[in-house]
Amino acid sequence: MTTHTDEHYYVPHGSHWPVVGSVGLLFLMVGISSWLNGADAAFYVFLLGLAIMVFMITGWFAEVIGESQRGLYNEQVDKSFRQGMFWFIFSEVMFFAAFFGALFYARNMSIPWLGGESNNFFTNLLLWEGFESTWPTNGPGNIGGEYQVMPPIGLPLINTALLLTSSVTVTIAHHALIADKRAQLKIFLASTFILGFIFVGLQAYEYIHAYQDLNLKLTSGIYGSTFFMLTGFHGMHVTIGAIMLMTIFFRVMKGHFTPEKHFAFEAVAWYWHFVDVVWIGLYVFVYWL
Amino acid sequence: MATAAADITDHHDDHGPAKGIGRWLFSTNHKDIGTMYLLFSLVMFFVGGAMAMVIRSELAVPGLQFVDPGFFNSMTTMHALIMVFGAVMPAFVGLANWMIPLMIGAPDMALPRMNNWSFWILPVAFGILLSTLFMPGGAPASGWTMYPPLVLQTGDAFPFLIFSVHLMGISSIMGSINVIVTIINMRAPDMSLLKMPIFVWTWLITAYLLIAVMPVLAGAVTMLLTDQFFGTSFFLAAGGGDPVMFQHIFWFFGHPEVYIMILPAFGVVSEIIPTFSRKKLFGHDSMVYAASSIAFLSFIVWAHHMFTVGMPLTGQLFFMFATMLIAVPTGVKVFNWVATMWRGSMTFETPMLFALAFVFLFTIGGFSGLMLAIQPADVQYHDTYFVVAHFHYVLVPGSIFALMAGAYYWLPKWTGYYYNETLGKLHFWMSTIFVNVTFFPMHFLGLAGMPRRIPDYSTQFADFNFIASIGAMGFGLSQLIFLLVLLTAKKGAKADDRVWEGAHGLEWTVPSPAPWHTFTTPPKNRIAEESF
Ligand SMILES: [Cu+2]
Repeated sequence: MTTHTDEHYYVPHGSHWPVVGSVGLLFLMVGISSWLNGADAAFYVFLLGLAIMVFMITGWFAEVIGESQRGLYNEQVDKSFRQGMFWFIFSEVMFFAAFFGALFYARNMSIPWLGGESNNFFTNLLLWEGFESTWPTNGPGNIGGEYQVMPPIGLPLINTALLLTSSVTVTIAHHALIADKRAQLKIFLASTFILGFIFVGLQAYEYIHAYQDLNLKLTSGIYGSTFFMLTGFHGMHVTIGAIMLMTIFFRVMKGHFTPEKHFAFEAVAWYWHFVDVVWIGLYVFVYWL
Repeated sequence: MATAAADITDHHDDHGPAKGIGRWLFSTNHKDIGTMYLLFSLVMFFVGGAMAMVIRSELAVPGLQFVDPGFFNSMTTMHALIMVFGAVMPAFVGLANWMIPLMIGAPDMALPRMNNWSFWILPVAFGILLSTLFMPGGAPASGWTMYPPLVLQTGDAFPFLIFSVHLMGISSIMGSINVIVTIINMRAPDMSLLKMPIFVWTWLITAYLLIAVMPVLAGAVTMLLTDQFFGTSFFLAAGGGDPVMFQHIFWFFGHPEVYIMILPAFGVVSEIIPTFSRKKLFGHDSMVYAASSIAFLSFIVWAHHMFTVGMPLTGQLFFMFATMLIAVPTGVKVFNWVATMWRGSMTFETPMLFALAFVFLFTIGGFSGLMLAIQPADVQYHDTYFVVAHFHYVLVPGSIFALMAGAYYWLPKWTGYYYNETLGKLHFWMSTIFVNVTFFPMHFLGLAGMPRRIPDYSTQFADFNFIASIGAMGFGLSQLIFLLVLLTAKKGAKADDRVWEGAHGLEWTVPSPAPWHTFTTPPKNRIAEESF
């Protein structure tokens, strides 16, 4: 294969991975839907779908990494990947925006209204007499029973420190990569995903604490719903991000990436900063205010 | 191009179409993927259309005739979901796939494999959605808007509905990322942003809207899912949530969604009218600014769908005025189309006929939209057939006519042959007459108070309903003419590169049919020649 100059466009050859992915999604979605409807055995269909998806993702990425290592991708392809990653992260931002929107709406609109504000005097009097608008709340129906709130000081603060530190370490790793200091790169990249996994571990510990000691559950009214859905989806993204960082780490160990060409590294770094920024939003609006 | 063609094999992993089904399953070719999108959307158009026939049969005369009310509600719900997500959106993605690379001088979409996945998710999504018709409890019947608490009464179909919407979202987001990256990164070197054809511009803006709002819809349906199965309280007042909150989140997606379905239509019409007027598009740049303004405004008008659910007065006023503001950029567009035709040397081939009907009939839909935007009036119109008339005017003689116009306009470029003009004109006239017979009486029904989504009605509504049903059957049958046009598409005269006398743009410089690979090297200094 000749090397590509910018004069010529690059179009990749056909690939079976997308179709494998579609089959995986079919099993995944049909499996989980049937399982939710009470067909217990369908959970295995879901797991099969999951396995196909993992197979697809690893296979597809392996192929792309291989092609990248063989120098097939020119500058323009690199740019396309970068822009694609940017817009993917933007879509993720909007996904979180929906849940933040729900949080703000509940706090500023629905709960005050249930408490009788605006023109809702009779809503309060006739439907939910005695309910006072406060935050946090599990609503006038006391859904999920009495619970305690997760305090912002303590574990969440430590988690904030961990994530912020990991954002710094990944940046140092990036600078090391550009300066071609491979040893420094490895150390800081490794510490980044280790910090990420510690974060996930502490988050899991916090959940156990919430369920066992605070009676704070997903079912604890709107507070529990927004708390667990926002932190849960965030935790999921941290987990994915940490796995991505680990993959990048193994690629670094294999000698991939040059000071000039390292799109995958940067993409993962952007993703990591994104989960970091979401966390700051979470810390401020879910834990603190 | 000859030298470029000679060394294609050096610079492409891809040599030519694979044999058999592999060509379609594993495709990375924007033309093949575009064709698949277009054919898929055509199938969905007929599936959704068949459901519309069920609806209009039931509504032809008062009383219950053929179907039970639950199934009727399933039909309205499924008709909407299939037409919106299965027919109109994929059809425009198909046009984008086929035409954007040709228009900007790119060899393909920027991310061809992801392009393939975007498409192949759709059959899975709609397979799952259609399978709900056979499930205990029936297909979803809550309306395509999926409002809680009603939607939570869906039977076994519920999680399938949620996950099929997720799949449609994933497909749209990936498709849109591809469109944006292609437009930003793959343009011919001398094609600056403001030199791009309007179709490309409108798709750039549409793709941005899609990436911004499809994840919000995903969030909304995820909350439905967790409320149903995992005990969250997002839409439960007892838990501090609010069913109205769903409507806010849904319409934050839903209003931009209507522009997602109409902006590319604006783009198609803005390509066709100059060609058949043999004049440059009037106000190219103002078209860009108008489309961008519409896109911006689309994010701050969503609650005009919710004027009757209970909202603070300031909210009502804000959403009313913001909505009416959209008439300004839309008016700019309509003015520009008319000004393009002014003193043009016009001919009326099928694409032009559809484009002209679009301008007239979409504007009727726009005006009824303006009426609905007036909050005090909307209290009367809300959830009546007036709303049904309004959005069908913008979607059928709006989006669908633009799609038909685009299909006729570009068919010779796709197949290499002219379609049968007589059949095309017949298709146009039948469609245009019947679409008005179907939907115009609905305005009167709505103003007289006939509620939508109900299988039976008071006898005072009988006449107009009967007329509407006749129109619907006629419109449905007229679309079979389009099938005939497609089946005979290669029987006409051979088309040259330019196809239409007045056509300008890079897509008209490549052979007809467009070869499997085009622009393997960036075209240089050809943009200027291609403008008027
Ligand atoms: Cu709207």
